[in-house]
Amino acid sequence: MEFIFGRLTLNSLPHEWFTIGGTGAITMMMIGIALFITRIKRWKWLWNEWITSVDPKKIGIMYMIVASLMLVRGAMDAGMIWLQQAMSVGASSGYLSAQHFQEVFTAHGVIMVFFVTMGFLFGLLNYMIPLQIGARDLASPFLNTTGFWLYVAGAILVNLFFVFGGQFAATGWLAIAPLSGTEFSPGVGTDYWTWSLQTSGLGTLMGGINFIMTILKMRAPGMTLMRMPLFTWTSLVAMCIVVTIFPILTATIALLSLDRLFGMHFFTTDLGGNAMMYTNLIWMWGHPEVYVLILPSFGIYSEVVSTFAQKKLAGYKSMVLAAFGIGSIALVVWLHHFFTMGAGANVNAFFGIMTTFIAIPAGVQIFNWSSTMYKGKIRFLGPMLWFLGFSGTFIFGGLTGVLLAVPPADFQLHNSLFLVAHFHTTIIGGALFGIFAGITYWFPKISGFKLDEKLGKYAFWLWIIGFFVSFTPLYILGLMGATRRLDHYDASTGWQGLFIISVIGFLIISSGAIMQVIQIVVSIKKRNKNLDTTGDPWNGRTLEWATSSPPPFYNFAKIPEVTSRDAFWEMKKNGTHNKKHEYKDIEMPKNTALGLYISGFALVFGFAMVWHIFWLAMVCVVGGVVCMIIRTFDNETEYVVPAAEIERIELRNIKQRRST
Amino acid sequence: MSIKEKQERVTLGFWIYLMTDLLIFAVLFAVYAVLKESTYGGVTIHEIFNPPFVLVETLILLTSSFTCGLAMLAAHKENKKMMVPYFLVTLFLGIVFLAMELYEFAHLISEGHDWTKSAFLSAFFTLTGTHGLHILIGVIWITILLIHIKLRGLTPTTLGKLTLAGLFWHFLDVVWIFIFTIVYLMGGVS
Repeated sequence: MEFIFGRLTLNSLPHEWFTIGGTGAITMMMIGIALFITRIKRWKWLWNEWITSVDPKKIGIMYMIVASLMLVRGAMDAGMIWLQQAMSVGASSGYLSAQHFQEVFTAHGVIMVFFVTMGFLFGLLNYMIPLQIGARDLASPFLNTTGFWLYVAGAILVNLFFVFGGQFAATGWLAIAPLSGTEFSPGVGTDYWTWSLQTSGLGTLMGGINFIMTILKMRAPGMTLMRMPLFTWTSLVAMCIVVTIFPILTATIALLSLDRLFGMHFFTTDLGGNAMMYTNLIWMWGHPEVYVLILPSFGIYSEVVSTFAQKKLAGYKSMVLAAFGIGSIALVVWLHHFFTMGAGANVNAFFGIMTTFIAIPAGVQIFNWSSTMYKGKIRFLGPMLWFLGFSGTFIFGGLTGVLLAVPPADFQLHNSLFLVAHFHTTIIGGALFGIFAGITYWFPKISGFKLDEKLGKYAFWLWIIGFFVSFTPLYILGLMGATRRLDHYDASTGWQGLFIISVIGFLIISSGAIMQVIQIVVSIKKRNKNLDTTGDPWNGRTLEWATSSPPPFYNFAKIPEVTSRDAFWEMKKNGTHNKKHEYKDIEMPKNTALGLYISGFALVFGFAMVWHIFWLAMVCVVGGVVCMIIRTFDNETEYVVPAAEIERIELRNIKQRRST
Repeated sequence: MSIKEKQERVTLGFWIYLMTDLLIFAVLFAVYAVLKESTYGGVTIHEIFNPPFVLVETLILLTSSFTCGLAMLAAHKENKKMMVPYFLVTLFLGIVFLAMELYEFAHLISEGHDWTKSAFLSAFFTLTGTHGLHILIGVIWITILLIHIKLRGLTPTTLGKLTLAGLFWHFLDVVWIFIFTIVYLMGGVS
């Protein structure tokens, strides 16, 4: 039996309130979706148009759908953490056990970083990068679909513990050793963590390689590097960081797995293992990772500011340099996460100074955005609001970051709620607001209609007010000595009032998020009022606005020729954007399900490794390799769209434009 | 889009992949450097280092890289008759290298020096084992490409694929040079 099922026993099936609840929710959701699709008879459509699609626009949308679902999941964890901390004071121990509380905050961090922020970023990159550089696809459509489905496999694995095992890692989001070793975490929770991150990390690495190839090799004629839109630039830098750091993550998690599976001694406390080495390695990945999250958002802000101030971006070259500056300094600051390790004054001084240096390129960006707005005709619409909200919040978060970078101050603030408040300020205020700005900005491009402005404003104000109500108390609590990951504290500390204010803030943020859902639903219902028939709803400057909204599957009937920065703006000025041209045949990649199958094998492999079902793991390895071999034998990966078909689609779009 | 253009793209992507793989090895080298003194009373690298054996291993791998280069030259001249035997020799040498490495591992384990005994042994087995795993992947990959050639002949597409496999093989050779120097030679002298 043990050979067949490994560690999996009947006891592993759900029997606690949260696992039964989780399993129930997952099953109900799946049955509901399945019934709905069967009812509208769309299985075949779903398979042909979406699941096996290699169109980066569709993959981008799927990324964002999965990320939104994971956002709900991560936000529920956040609510649970807040509620526990508001309740668990003095004689009351709250409603969660210490172990369960630890699992909740671990899951919250993992999900928000790996599956929400990264998911939204890859979604926007997939949709927008080819459009911005005037390409029809990514360099490798196959890598793209495989990477996406690996991300989905990771997202499934991170939730699978509800159904099998009932426990997640209780180690913090980075599974710091030796706590994550078998000695202190013998259960399957940490294994879910390792295999889920290993799977989705592989997908991210594939995405990184793919986007670098695409941006370097597939730009429209005339688009030199220094004519690229800034979102493309910052994404390129972010992807360069990805290919530098994700191998470190892969290797580090692999070493941890070797410790856990084969009894090796990399990070154990005995037989010569070195736990601090884990901390170093994981932060060598972990710190640059936050810049991967934030750099594309910086690019979005640059696009938004220059579009809505109706001016060209000030200091383009310094913006590019700043992105590079941030990208390279980010690689040499990891040690500031553990000044308390005891590496000595000189080492701490080096990393402290490097960390404060990052404020310089970040400052350059803020100044350039401000000078872009100066004397511009600013339109205060949704995306611009998110940008303004960001600049205030991010300056605040950046300054507290500089404070934390000073080693003596850090010894006091290390692992306090001050730190928690700091990185939430930068990641929510920086990365997430950027994603919101990007979604609002590009929504008409993706769907063909704009989002409702009024509801968007409500959502924005709820978010920003809720944000400060919930996180300002955390700064204060941190200065008062409250540490992070606290499941219980003494009544004499007098902290409860601030924790309760913080929960109120969370409720305000939640209503902001609900308002966003309402905004989308209402916008879909009233879409005829906000239709974008021109393809250029904001009077945009870059190439993505040069095609219709939503773009045809081949993006551009004729690849645009670029003569300057802000290519589309220039075309509109010279009146060259509507020029008639001949239609030609276009080669497009064929759909494939092999990426999905490979990821399916990766998912089952991860599950088998969590439960030590080694025969199943072997089967999956063989299956995955066979899928790859089949792919190498497939030479017919492209098909030709005839010119007549393209002419038909284009004429229809032009007609639609004229009719309004 | 021409095949050449496409292959340029794929080659760039493959180079980036090789760099990411190199970073994985960089991590393993760093970990080895940190842990090599952590023998915890067990064997040291000095005690398990068998110079002639490892030298033969190294020479075999270097020769395989050489024959792989010759095979690629023949491939570019579209000389299938020369190319296939050279690849077969490359594969054979790769398999011999793998067998020797496995023999070395088996020998260590049979003497009780397995990877659970100390942090040093964990790092040693992981670094050399990861390299060996790559060699295995390379062997499978080249075998499959030979089947391609058998079935479809030497088309520009297969030639592009062979070039990548060749790059991969040379890359593994370079990594082994570092393993030979840092793990064995530097361990052997100190």
